[in-house]
Amino acid sequence: MISISWFLGLSAVLFTIGVIGVLVRKNAIIMFMSVELMLNAVNLSLVAFSSHFGDINGQILVLFVLCVAAAEAAVGLAIIIAIYRNNLSVDITKINLLRW
Amino acid sequence: MLTYLFIMLATFAVASAVATVLSKNTVTSALFLVLNMVTLAGVYLLLKAQYLAIIQILVYAGAIMVLFLFVIMVLNVDDEGSIMKQISFKLVLGFLLGTAVLAQLIYAIGSFTDTLPVISTAMEDVGTVEAIGDVLYSKYLLPFQLTAILLTAAVIGALLIAQHKSNSRPS
Amino acid sequence: MNDHASLLPIIVGLPLLGFLINGLGGLFSERYRSAKTFIGYLATAAVFVPFLLAVTIFTGLQVDSEPVRYHLLTWIQAGTFTSDIAWRADQLSILMMLFVTGIGSLIHLYSMGYMKEDEGYWKFFAYLNLFIFAMLNLVMGDNLLLLFLGWEGVGVCSYLLIGFWYQDILKAEAAKKAFVYNRIGDFAFLVAMFMIFNHVGSIQFDAIFAGIANLPAEAAFWIGLLMFIGATGKSAQIPLFVWLPDAMAGPTPVSALIHAATMVTSGIYLISRMSAVYALTPEVMLIVAVVGALTAFVAATIAITQNDIKRVLAYSTVSQLGFMFLALGSGAYIAAMFHVITHAFFKACLFLGSGSVIHAMHHVEHELHHHKKNVHFDPQDMRNMGGLKAYLPSTYKTFLIATIAIAGIPPLAGFFSKDEIVAMVFNAGASYSPIYFGLFALAMLTAFMTAFYMFRLTFGTFHGSFKLPLLHKEAEGSEKYLHESPWQMTLPLWILAGLSIVGGFMGFPDFVVQTFSGPDAHVNWLHGWLIPYVSEAELTLAKSIKWGILLFSVVLASSAVYVAYLKYGRDNVAESDAALKSGFGPAYKLWAEKYNLDEIYEGYVANPILRLSDKVLAVFDLKVIDGMVNLTASVVNFGGSLIRYTQTGVVSSYAVYFVLGALLVAGILLF
Repeated sequence: MISISWFLGLSAVLFTIGVIGVLVRKNAIIMFMSVELMLNAVNLSLVAFSSHFGDINGQILVLFVLCVAAAEAAVGLAIIIAIYRNNLSVDITKINLLRW
Repeated sequence: MLTYLFIMLATFAVASAVATVLSKNTVTSALFLVLNMVTLAGVYLLLKAQYLAIIQILVYAGAIMVLFLFVIMVLNVDDEGSIMKQISFKLVLGFLLGTAVLAQLIYAIGSFTDTLPVISTAMEDVGTVEAIGDVLYSKYLLPFQLTAILLTAAVIGALLIAQHKSNSRPS
Repeated sequence: MNDHASLLPIIVGLPLLGFLINGLGGLFSERYRSAKTFIGYLATAAVFVPFLLAVTIFTGLQVDSEPVRYHLLTWIQAGTFTSDIAWRADQLSILMMLFVTGIGSLIHLYSMGYMKEDEGYWKFFAYLNLFIFAMLNLVMGDNLLLLFLGWEGVGVCSYLLIGFWYQDILKAEAAKKAFVYNRIGDFAFLVAMFMIFNHVGSIQFDAIFAGIANLPAEAAFWIGLLMFIGATGKSAQIPLFVWLPDAMAGPTPVSALIHAATMVTSGIYLISRMSAVYALTPEVMLIVAVVGALTAFVAATIAITQNDIKRVLAYSTVSQLGFMFLALGSGAYIAAMFHVITHAFFKACLFLGSGSVIHAMHHVEHELHHHKKNVHFDPQDMRNMGGLKAYLPSTYKTFLIATIAIAGIPPLAGFFSKDEIVAMVFNAGASYSPIYFGLFALAMLTAFMTAFYMFRLTFGTFHGSFKLPLLHKEAEGSEKYLHESPWQMTLPLWILAGLSIVGGFMGFPDFVVQTFSGPDAHVNWLHGWLIPYVSEAELTLAKSIKWGILLFSVVLASSAVYVAYLKYGRDNVAESDAALKSGFGPAYKLWAEKYNLDEIYEGYVANPILRLSDKVLAVFDLKVIDGMVNLTASVVNFGGSLIRYTQTGVVSSYAVYFVLGALLVAGILLF
């Protein structure tokens, strides 16, 4: 039998990869995809716990996280398109009007 | 048997995640992410969460990633050089922080391992459509409706933000 | 008895109500301000009704009755210290209540005529009612704190009323001066209150009188002395009396009410109330007597030289107050209270009479200006007056009666009270200390001078010929503008003159009757009424000495009147003043300049403090305190200029902050 800690370990690794992706890349869309990766990792750990405790609430929560992630993806990509229109680039280091 | 399945799926998941983060071409990144999600769906099946596995593929891989691909193609982004080439301060810092996060998470998991249970046998009925539907429409009805409103708002918002400016210019 | 207790809050509350109605109505409504008759009658009723209620309580009290007490609410309760809002009407305070409200209502009536032309009519009556309220709290208070509340309240009202015509800067400064000198005394009073609480554990009068036996001599000395200093501020004794002459800048009814009859007597009331404390310290009593006698003498010498009628009366008030303190210092609390009451009668009459004269002179000035004669003169200067008895008959008669009373001619009121005082001083000389004999001599000299300068004033103002046309040629024939004042002003004058005639009989000395009818006659009503309440000294003089003193004072007063008549009664005011000036030479100059006290205070007290503030404290304020505030601002500024560098505007750096924050929080939760 697979103990839960394997699943949680996998979730941790995926989460870390997502964090590194957010910190290291400068393409906005890739950053966004890394965020999706992080969300997926969290979903995984939620489902793992739900299965192991026999509690359905975890899976419901995953469902809602999924919906919210979808909404967020839509809006975020729309913003990226709007920024691209103004600056003709999705390189985040070039979008720094709010600096001191 | 399950263990081998798990190890295979896990390897695929990690590999595709790494590839997503490190690849030069944006489209390649997106496609690797799709692969990642499909493997995760498989892991869900291992955990007997059938409904969620299918939903993951349908929604995430099927809708959200398609949206991503559309945007990538609309925006026509350039390939950037491989990030591993330039060792900059930002790179090192990012890796360090990532390692710190991983360390913390592993520590957290490790300190709780002995208190965690084995896969319960009652789990057989947990991930089924009936079980989820049962709870979703009774106990979580309000969040369900609110999520619907949220999605509507998101769609409208996305439309407004991304529309062509020339449409709103007065003639 | 009990139903009389519920009258007490009504007595105190009615003037307060009058103040609120007149004050708020006049403040917010133009129409109310023009309803002058209503305002006047409302204010007078707000004082007259309490007078009737006080009479009711008075008729219900006997010599040995318990005080009528009314407890409204517990005001302060802090640990062992409690202070209530509670009033008492005992034999001592009922007397004060009666004449405060009685003379108060007469002066309210008088003011209706006197202030009729004034714009601030409503304000005046509101302030007057507020003053009566504070004064009633002072005399009716059941504990020292409520008395102090009234004490301060009358000080405030005195300030408001002296500076009533505040647009004149001199009047405003006079008001400020009065208040500041009062405050100096109040500080001493407060310290005395604290000491009483410290030693006795309570500031409620019954508790104080019960615990007085435990008071150590040292404490009693300081309490007595400090309270007396407080009284010198309020009742204008040396060294704090310089505000009273300047306070004549206020309207004459104010001078009559506050600075003759009521506020200035609150010091004497306080010391009489606390007579049990003073009985324990003969040293303080000697100090009180010496200060009182000196003040009486000094003020009388100044009064001889003054030409402004109100100033003469002001210094006369200071002098008479000195007499009262001399009485207190000789253990004659009852005699002092007696003199308070009689003095209130005749001094109020004198002030109101002078107001009537000033009113007439103002009218002359107005008429001259109306007829385009450009004449400016001081309507209060005696040298512009003379011969007014033909034109102001009621004023003249009442003024004369009051002057005879103050001079101490029997059988008018002033004679009985003054005689009792000097008898007690002589008695103290025989029983306590020979210094009192010297004070006795000083008192008799002052009595002579009192009669002298008061008749100088009367003769100079009312007898002889009208001097104004002689000094200002354009005022030729202006006597025809002089006329008597309206009934609202002359009726109080007659009432007060009548009281000056008969008021003395409440304290008719026992020994006079005892000489004729036997040793058991007790006709001194006042003595019998107050004796359970105050620690009166024993009068142990032989009857022959008492008769001797009585006859000596009569002779002294009469001779003073005769000398005054010779010098001033024959239309020779200016020559006699000149003769006086040359006769006394440098002494006269000292008296005329009020002993230079104002200049001394200014030079030795006020100026050094001002210099200190300017050179030291202002610099401290500017450099240190402002510096600290500026330092805070610049520190914040500097910190801000460092922190702003975190706002790079680049998303990835923000992402780094996110992750760092999350690590930190997780770390805290885990460890």
